[in-house]
Amino acid sequence: MINPAYKGKMVVVEGSYAVAHSAKICRPNVISAYPITPQTHIVEDLSQFMADGEIPNCEYINVESEFSAISALIGAAAVGARTYSATTSQGLLLMHEALFNASGMRLPIIMTVANRAVGAPINIWNDHQDAIAQRDTGWIQLYVEDVQEASDTLPQLYKIAEDNDVMLPGMVCMDGFILSHVYEPVVLLEQELTDNFLPPFQPENVLDPKDPKTFGAFAAPDTYEEFRYLQEQAMQKALPKIEAVAKEFEEIFGRFNGGLVDGYMLDDAEIVIMSMGSVLGTIKDVVDQYRARGEKIGVLKVRSFRPFPKEQVREAIKNAHAVVVLDKNISIGTNEGALFTETKSCLYNSKVRVPVMGYTLGHGGRDIRMESIAKVIEETKKVAKSGITVESRFLDLKEELL
Amino acid sequence: MTKAAPKTYIASGHSGCAGCCDAFAAKFTLMAVGPNCIVVNPTGCLEVMSTPFPLSSWQVPWIHSLFENAGAVASGVEAALKALGKKDDIKVIAIGGDGSTMDIGIGAISGAFERGHDFTYVCMDNEAYMNTGIQRSSATPYDASTTTSPAGKVSFGNPFPKKNMPAIMVAHGSPYVATTSIGFPRDMIRKVKKATEIVGPTYIHAHAPCTTGWGFDTSKTLEIAKLAVETCLWPMYEMENGELTQVRKIKDPRPVEEYLRAQKRFKHLFTMEGGEEEIKKIQATADWNIKHYGLQ
Repeated sequence: MINPAYKGKMVVVEGSYAVAHSAKICRPNVISAYPITPQTHIVEDLSQFMADGEIPNCEYINVESEFSAISALIGAAAVGARTYSATTSQGLLLMHEALFNASGMRLPIIMTVANRAVGAPINIWNDHQDAIAQRDTGWIQLYVEDVQEASDTLPQLYKIAEDNDVMLPGMVCMDGFILSHVYEPVVLLEQELTDNFLPPFQPENVLDPKDPKTFGAFAAPDTYEEFRYLQEQAMQKALPKIEAVAKEFEEIFGRFNGGLVDGYMLDDAEIVIMSMGSVLGTIKDVVDQYRARGEKIGVLKVRSFRPFPKEQVREAIKNAHAVVVLDKNISIGTNEGALFTETKSCLYNSKVRVPVMGYTLGHGGRDIRMESIAKVIEETKKVAKSGITVESRFLDLKEELL
Repeated sequence: MTKAAPKTYIASGHSGCAGCCDAFAAKFTLMAVGPNCIVVNPTGCLEVMSTPFPLSSWQVPWIHSLFENAGAVASGVEAALKALGKKDDIKVIAIGGDGSTMDIGIGAISGAFERGHDFTYVCMDNEAYMNTGIQRSSATPYDASTTTSPAGKVSFGNPFPKKNMPAIMVAHGSPYVATTSIGFPRDMIRKVKKATEIVGPTYIHAHAPCTTGWGFDTSKTLEIAKLAVETCLWPMYEMENGELTQVRKIKDPRPVEEYLRAQKRFKHLFTMEGGEEEIKKIQATADWNIKHYGLQ
């Protein structure tokens, strides 16, 4: 439903355009990117903004690979530039080594990831395997539900990442094609409001001949562990900032997409469905149908996958009779999606006792239909009554192809 | 040198080997550039020996990211300086070994040169992966014995000729590509200075003998470096906008045998059957250099 306050402000644009516009409004100093489907429209739109002189004090580097895209931003951020890139799938995997490097050097580089499956088999459509494979790189990961949120989360993430207590890189994860290529009515970020919300990037440590510093030194066993500890501490400090920044954004812009998590029909829910990204829209539609019949089904959207909001997840599902987690990814060898594993893990040593079941689905862009969600809910209702028989499984597997 | 040596900005006390070629290369580079620069240094001996946290030998701002991305990191540093309005005053220097330059990092360097970033790349070429224990790279010369191209009963060592990296950089349209050697400090300082004063991506390839990897006494680093030039195995020249503009002439080239005999990595050529023939092939490389670059 469209908020009446946005009337007259909304325009219908492609998801990629809204994101590119948002990146522009955040006043980046260096953009560096390599084209890859379905991220291309974002970088094409940014290139056009550059060609039209619409991004002041900014250099756009047309690099020769995603590996160089992120590497260039490491150099740029160390000089004190606000940096932006966008990528997906194989490109994100090619960045993998440098992702650790960016977070290890505590450089708050921000990227949009237009989530896509990874090969082989090669597949250009959406799932979350690419970003989930980066879970241990020390990057903040926020998953968004729609185009407005993809756009609004960028300035929020800059503000969180550039906070002196955090200083970590971050990625906004938006579903490739489903969000990057869809045309939706959105409020494009306003420059003046964004300038009020997001202060200029002024890091404490930069490469400057007037005060020479060494970045990326060699750490032996007597010092290395403390660097890792401090990264973890920074992630923990990011948890309350993600909540606080979302609220601050709401105060200025009047829009709220959730902090670490967001509930829908959650207060009295007996069955809770958890997931990340655009599939939440489909899930909410199905839940509306159940609610119309008086069934107490609720939704827990997980917005922040890294840092993982253990406390908020426990709190949100503690009164449920059964929980089901839908993952557009799988950790091969566990038969589980990552959100499912994390959810179970955060309950184990707690007092919350609720059966949690997992589905891995939507791989390589397979449609997730309302009937399938209803099937999941029916299975979860059985679990609420008689316990778990199958802990985790694929949804909508075509047996005839096996 | 008759004049006082210019000040350098890398402090002593690092953990480089006695007679370390990288220490010489970094020292001469910073003598040429001065304090107003940002140095990008890919993974390698120089990075490891100069920055054991919390210590650092660098008296200029310095960044190490990864092994294969110095070209891209330097691109980002340069772009950021431009965007922030600081580029006019500050030089961007990348300095890396032959492995990070000619093998694993060549893609990022190619991209940076193609895009025309205003920076100078200095390759310290010690002709193998020394930091990991003397494994061959594409800079390793023909017949050199390394731990991954060892001489053996049926092998004379590295079977491939050295990759011509300066030619690759010339082909990128670089306004200035020069070869030099740490055995000729004044030559190296002059060329690095010239490179940094030219706008655009410029490339210095400095031959840098490694006492540990090549097998010679720690007091002989500069002597071996000079011998490479005097035998014409390492030609020193400048190329500006694709044209050869200056060559260091070698009036009486010494036989390559003198150079080879002074290093353990070529020792097998003097003990194995057929070694003489191999030495002739290496002499032919020097003769080709003399003709091709007009060294006489």
